[in-house]
Amino acid sequence: MSANLSAILYLISGVLFILALRGLSSPETSRQGNLFGIIGMLIAVTVTFLSVGNFTTGFIYVLIFLAIGGSIGAFIAYKIPMTAMPELVAGFHSLVGLAAVFVAISAFINPDAFGLGTPGNIKLASLIEMAIGAAVGAITFSGSVIAFLKLQGIMSGSPITFKGQHALNALILISIVVLTFYLCSTQSSNLFWILIAVSFIIGFLIIIPIGGADMPVVISMLNSYSGWAAAGIGFTLENTALIITGALVGSSGAILSYIMCKGMNRSFFNVILGGFGATDQSTGKSKKEQRPVKSGNADDAAFLMKNASSVIIVPGYGMAVAQAQHALREMVDTLKKNDIKVSYAIHPVAGRMPGHMNVLLAEANVPYDEVFELEEINNDFANADVAFVIGANDVTNPVAKTDPQSPIYGMPVLDVEKCKSVLFVKRSLSPGYAGIDNDLFYKENTLMLFADAKKMTEDITKNL
Amino acid sequence: MEIDPFIFRLSIFILSIFIGYYVVWSVTPSLHTPLMSVTNAISSVIIVGAIIAALSGNDNTIFSSSSIFGFLAIVLAAVNIFGGFLVTQRMLAMYKKKKKDK
Repeated sequence: MSANLSAILYLISGVLFILALRGLSSPETSRQGNLFGIIGMLIAVTVTFLSVGNFTTGFIYVLIFLAIGGSIGAFIAYKIPMTAMPELVAGFHSLVGLAAVFVAISAFINPDAFGLGTPGNIKLASLIEMAIGAAVGAITFSGSVIAFLKLQGIMSGSPITFKGQHALNALILISIVVLTFYLCSTQSSNLFWILIAVSFIIGFLIIIPIGGADMPVVISMLNSYSGWAAAGIGFTLENTALIITGALVGSSGAILSYIMCKGMNRSFFNVILGGFGATDQSTGKSKKEQRPVKSGNADDAAFLMKNASSVIIVPGYGMAVAQAQHALREMVDTLKKNDIKVSYAIHPVAGRMPGHMNVLLAEANVPYDEVFELEEINNDFANADVAFVIGANDVTNPVAKTDPQSPIYGMPVLDVEKCKSVLFVKRSLSPGYAGIDNDLFYKENTLMLFADAKKMTEDITKNL
Repeated sequence: MEIDPFIFRLSIFILSIFIGYYVVWSVTPSLHTPLMSVTNAISSVIIVGAIIAALSGNDNTIFSSSSIFGFLAIVLAAVNIFGGFLVTQRMLAMYKKKKKDK
């Protein structure tokens, strides 16, 4: 196949990837978008086979390895529970990162195959691109592995910090730049290996100080990194499809992390540096005076809801942990039978990844037009009778609006306290992730329901 | 003076960042999780590099030091492509509109 023809086909596959993302602007067009993505991928892979044109024994092996990876991927995709989506995405990011590293290594060892020169005499531009691709890929890989371990609960979700962390990170980042510089002037393979090793280490160091509830930012950030790694390799291979995709994914991840940062009122710069989530720990614990709370049982909650005309549900990570989304949906069905208007309010950082709550509700067959974002629904709390907070905490804390001393001051929160009554499902009074007491617990109109989210929801349904 | 082809690729890259910027802002927030899984799948188009690397040997040396990395990368990218697209499809299939007759 001529180089021009394959370049055009790669361009087409890049355009199909753009359409795949475009489709996600609404749920109706999204499935078609996904199909575009699949077609784009098919074109890219087929064109590559045809342009290499080497249909020998090696080709059979490629197909075999493709099938192995493909079946593993398909198996995971069908088996994975929706609640484990953040872990899955983190895991997938690590694979993209590692694949980028492997391709870069292969191109470094055998530049002839890619038309980049000979070993020890690789074109300067290609070498720089290769080094960037490998370094970013390695950071993506080790960072995503840590994110995966934290989300999976294998590693503690609490931030791991030590003295001089920022200085060390800065030092390593500078050394990556220096190594790349020397790699380009000497073409030494030892430097290439050291560069990759150091990048693995920095990826690890960047993610360990980040706490569990900051994972939405981390996952989006790694999403972005995986894109830039792909783009770096795309430049090396002079492949348009890869360059376009890398740019798309890179900016997509960056926007998502920006949205997540805004949802937590943190600066983007703060996030890129790492180490966030660590500062929030000490506050709040000192002023832990006993304040009266009203607690109730499923019966009380059912009574309140039965007499309401509109109910707003505020789900959070706790709902995912308790797997309460199906029980919740059953409760809402019963409410709707009694002509009670029900809607769902979702905070941008609820859960462990962007859109986490939406997917869980969708899984429980909640129609998406009953689910609203913070800005869309925040004014409705004042007119609603009951707010049912299930598994959310910090995102409902009115302190963010009233107390400039609070670490979460300025963070956009759901105005849950404006409801006539608030039902707060929680296992204990313990503070949320940010380590601060939630003022909402002590409000006159709040009724605490101390129980497991799933069990409580089921009990309420029985009492309705 | 002739323009280096690198500049053309750089132009594509920069313009694609802008396209990505506008396209992603138009993605509805409720689909942010599928967005992540689908971007995951498409970034695995890096498999094209893996295939080139894997096929770099000849019949006598199918598994050379460089092609082995290619084969490994193929497996990783294939997990991602199939896993990413299928899990996205599974998620998107769940986003339904309210049935009026209910």
